Amino acid sequence: MESNSVKGFDSEIVGHFGPYGGRFVPEALIAALDELADAHVRAQADPEFHKELTNLHRTYTGRPSIITDARRFSEYAGGARVLLKREDLNHTGSHKINNVLGQALLTKRMGKKRIIAETGAGQHGVASATAAALFGLECVVYMGEADTKRQALNVARMKLLGAEVVPVTTGSKTLKDAINEAMRDWVTNVQTTHYLLGTVAGPHPFPTIVRDFQRIIGVEARQQVLDLTGKLPDAVLACVGGGSNAIGIFHPFIEDKSVRLIGFEAGGKGVETGFHAATISGGSPGVLHGTRSYVLQDKNGQTVESHSISAGLDYPGVGPEHAYLNDIGRAEYRPVTDDQAMYAFSLLCKSEGIIPAIETAHALAGALEIGNELGKDATLLINLSGRGDKDVQTAADYFGIPL
Amino acid sequence: MLTQLDNLFAQSKSQNRAILIGYLPAGFPTQRKAKKIIKAMIDGGVDAIEIGYPYSDPVMDGPVIQAASEEAINNGAGVSEVFELLKTSVDFGAPSVVMSYWSPIEKYGVDRFAHEVAKNGGSGIITPDLTYEESNNWKIEAEKNSLNRIYVVAPSSSNDRLAKVTNECSGFIYAASLMGVTGARTSVSVNAKQLVERIRSVSNKPIAVGLGVSTSQQAQEVATYADGVIVGSAFIKIVQEFGAGRNGLKKIKQLAKSLSEGIKSAR
Repeated sequence: MESNSVKGFDSEIVGHFGPYGGRFVPEALIAALDELADAHVRAQADPEFHKELTNLHRTYTGRPSIITDARRFSEYAGGARVLLKREDLNHTGSHKINNVLGQALLTKRMGKKRIIAETGAGQHGVASATAAALFGLECVVYMGEADTKRQALNVARMKLLGAEVVPVTTGSKTLKDAINEAMRDWVTNVQTTHYLLGTVAGPHPFPTIVRDFQRIIGVEARQQVLDLTGKLPDAVLACVGGGSNAIGIFHPFIEDKSVRLIGFEAGGKGVETGFHAATISGGSPGVLHGTRSYVLQDKNGQTVESHSISAGLDYPGVGPEHAYLNDIGRAEYRPVTDDQAMYAFSLLCKSEGIIPAIETAHALAGALEIGNELGKDATLLINLSGRGDKDVQTAADYFGIPL
Repeated sequence: MLTQLDNLFAQSKSQNRAILIGYLPAGFPTQRKAKKIIKAMIDGGVDAIEIGYPYSDPVMDGPVIQAASEEAINNGAGVSEVFELLKTSVDFGAPSVVMSYWSPIEKYGVDRFAHEVAKNGGSGIITPDLTYEESNNWKIEAEKNSLNRIYVVAPSSSNDRLAKVTNECSGFIYAASLMGVTGARTSVSVNAKQLVERIRSVSNKPIAVGLGVSTSQQAQEVATYADGVIVGSAFIKIVQEFGAGRNGLKKIKQLAKSLSEGIKSAR
């Protein structure tokens, strides 16, 4: 299986972000990764591809997503102006659709008929199942058994969309193990199957591809904020699990040195307790799922189980580009505990009439913190990455609302 | 400098036979029992041993080795058990290597890990998820410590890729017989023979075939064209079914014997 290489694409360039990224995978997958990198480079250079994707976003996703000026919420954030980039209003309810539609088009271009995906909260699984239905692809979604329970609604959604959901019962039974199982499937079925990875982690070219498809969030938001306020925001905030919504909104601001980029990781019960998923704040450099980045691991190099009230952030790794942005000081990463996130969750519900995803609530808790630090003259842009319909059960349990 | 493994392959080549390589994760089911299992494998006719580093996220392994790794980790197996079992195996007289996912090696420190493998008499390390592009550090340390660098190639590897990867290999080239994870299969895929032929066209280093081999007949078939036959899950399955008491160890030895006989009758 020789991959057709195009001019300008060099398979020797293996996607490093400083010391991070790269490829730590069985040789069996190299040909498929090369093929994918190749398809991506060709697509990026092809105006037809962009036209098709833009059209899909306009007529199917509902892009561009709007900006909401959260005036009542801002009172709790030190009076700072809080602008919400409403990715929750996308079809399927989160930013995940941006990447999924892009990769589904690549799948079609590679002539593959089957996609597999991992999912934590179920948002990426739902988006993948949706794209599979739209493009007539077979779809299998791997989901940790623990997550199938706390996100039962999304499991049903995926099934309604025609996908097969495979509960993963190994290891911690969460997102990490779902990725392991998806990788095993891919090694076995790589000739017919595209692994539609949902975040900016994994081996090259995934961190680059997913970022390129999520950049649209930041590209739109940057212009929208300029149009609305006449200047750039003081800080851009996002929650970080694997980090796809965060890189999507950060990336177009990287050259704008005056704009602080701040990612909020899942601090669980507190980083000091060990029960958290704050990989950059509480982890160290290592290798997981095909890439080198910050990882939660013990002295034997074993991955440590992560903990978060949010299934979508419950992952012991993080995208390699975030690790790099952290090390060079361009972005900062802070932990937010379950309790802080749930307080912000409730606050947005009651002050703005928006029920956010619990993942996103971590960024909102961050906005309360940063707003109070920067004061009322500051403008904060927050990626409202997903809506909270899927989290009603978890939130009801947390707040003691009988169902 | 030649390793014990290099010498073994040189010797088997002169005898016109393939060798039998057995795999066991360190600390499985316990470290004490693992030592006895290794002994039984060698007594039955296993020529060389791979000591597996039990890792929390073994994406190349099927359910059998996953379960064994998990059990070993739960019983406290880590880097010290890997080095200790390696030494035990070498002391029993079998050229031995470590097989490990890259994460634990990098965590421990590539330089320290390589040094410990050499110090405990190991011949090298099999690195199933390390690409040669990420190997600069390992290459330096392997040379410093006179260790074999054993990479795994697959049926999907392009000819160009095969040439590059096998050029980096020493000791032997690990040919994955099929596209998939470890575990016994009812038949060894025809891909294996084709892959070995493709490797022969770019390299004259020894080639061992792994993934899916569990019976004497399969071992015999593979030994007609490969220089080594790797068996892992089949041994582990015996332990999972029969334990590692007298009965289990007897069955381990019997399997090693029948695999070894299959190999010897191949040419």
